[in-house]
Amino acid sequence: MDRVSAHFPEAVVERYVDRAGGAWAVIHADSLPKVAAFLKNDAELEFKLFGSMDGVDRLHLAENDPRFEVIYILYSLKRREHVRFKVRVSEHKPVVPSLVPLFRGANWWERLTFDFYGIRFDGHPDLRRILLYEEFQGHPLRKDYALRDRQPLIPERPIKDIFRGPGTSGHS
Amino acid sequence: MANSHSTEAQGHNPDTDGSLPPEGSELEAHLQSKHMVINMGPSHPATHGTVRLKVELDGETIVKIDPEIGFLHRGFQKSCENVTWTQCLPYTDRLNYLSAMMNNFGFLNAVEKLIGLEIPERAQYIRVIGSELHRLTDHLTCVGATGLEMGGFAPFLYGMEARELIQDRVTELTGARLTTTFGRVGGINRDLPEGWADKVLRTMTRTEELLLEMDGLLTGNRIFVDRTKNTGVISAEDAIDYGWTGPALRACGVDHDLRKVQPYWVYDRLDFDVPVGEHGDNYDRYLVRMEEMRQSIRIIRQALDTIPAGPIIVDDWRIALPPKPEVYGTIEGVMAHFKLVMEGIQVPPGEVYDATEASNGELGWYLVSDGRGRPYKCHVRAPGFPVLAAVPHIIEGKMLADLIPTFDTINMIGGEVEQ
Repeated sequence: MDRVSAHFPEAVVERYVDRAGGAWAVIHADSLPKVAAFLKNDAELEFKLFGSMDGVDRLHLAENDPRFEVIYILYSLKRREHVRFKVRVSEHKPVVPSLVPLFRGANWWERLTFDFYGIRFDGHPDLRRILLYEEFQGHPLRKDYALRDRQPLIPERPIKDIFRGPGTSGHS
Repeated sequence: MANSHSTEAQGHNPDTDGSLPPEGSELEAHLQSKHMVINMGPSHPATHGTVRLKVELDGETIVKIDPEIGFLHRGFQKSCENVTWTQCLPYTDRLNYLSAMMNNFGFLNAVEKLIGLEIPERAQYIRVIGSELHRLTDHLTCVGATGLEMGGFAPFLYGMEARELIQDRVTELTGARLTTTFGRVGGINRDLPEGWADKVLRTMTRTEELLLEMDGLLTGNRIFVDRTKNTGVISAEDAIDYGWTGPALRACGVDHDLRKVQPYWVYDRLDFDVPVGEHGDNYDRYLVRMEEMRQSIRIIRQALDTIPAGPIIVDDWRIALPPKPEVYGTIEGVMAHFKLVMEGIQVPPGEVYDATEASNGELGWYLVSDGRGRPYKCHVRAPGFPVLAAVPHIIEGKMLADLIPTFDTINMIGGEVEQ
């Protein structure tokens, strides 16, 4: 990340170390493809293995503006370490540039993040829901999506179970 | 989609209308040359795992394949974010029911990193032993099922026999066959039972015999080799680009194992090798799994040999439940017990990404705590997810029959992929 800061000083918003000693960087959404391409292609870094990505809804956290974070974990087989960075986007315009042109592995992860958080990925070839069905309304991992909200495709039979309950949305 | 092919057959068939054969001469009709769209699954006998594959076929060649997942999706993350850290453990069991302990311990390892906690040495050894036992059960099932779906029932039965023996040992250790919920933050639930180590060593010897049988039945078998060699090939570059890890990546010739490169627990004290393949095809993935099982047996033997005596969980009542005499006898014990059960462990605010080597690859956890006893965010990086994402890439243009060994050897686990 020192090298990234040296190359793109304007791209890095913030850097910090998490509780386990992992270094994180917050990147401007606009410069995400540039930074990721540098991490992947630089001869000394070679972060080529697309580890993971996901969104975070910071609605109930102390610092919740902008609301969403998209985290990225890459791994370098050469340096044998992970690199962790994230992008912050607002609720009004949750759009992040897609990394699919760079990493084919990003394809499904971006669909997953879109499915769960409604964050759109600009340039994704096939952005549709991956785990939930097309008719599903809303994005279930947002913190303002009720835990017991249910949207069954097939009407549920009434459940007389005080623990599971029929849900709060009254679909059944 | 290719529905255009299937919907235009409304009373008019472009294949047969040109020549207009007389009534009843079906024998002389043209062969169908249209693309055919078939659904495999959600539960198909040839794909172990609940996944629907929309396959577009040209004859026997797969033109396009679209895996549709989500049939088991049960809101893992949302569920975890609404219970205490300890209560997440039963959910992690169900990510991969054949390696429940590995998922438990991987999650706990991340939580302990978040707290900044070092667990006792004996607990680390027991975690290694439990993980390797479950790596064996997972690989035995995968290899056995591969044999079964290539038409060999005997290797599957041998694999199941070994798996059941190991699961008996797991039951003796944890009290449950599949969903063990064995770990606790700061250590593990209970110590090894009396005489358990000897039983495990005998089981390992028997497992080795059964592995030899499976090896003899599969590795040189003409049908098995013909169907797995040079099928489902992926190059190392593509595998890395898709984010593959674990045996599937190592079969491409990449020497990458988190147990070696970022040793956790006591893996750096144990002597074992990381098998690496060459071609990245189904046969290499099978061979890598077979060798990994032998290495796991090696690890278990060493760990049982050198396991030290001592506590199995940290002595900190803010994290681990106090011993029962303290709970029943002292007010401090009652309070600590009550607070842990009702409020959960107070993990300091912060975030962490931590990964362990599960049976199918890197099992990563991104956890955020807001300091209130529950995970604020609990993301799991399931090893099967990127592997399954690459299936269209490696199987398009190949034969339908190649799909089955490929799907077997990548070992897609519905629970973790669909969270």
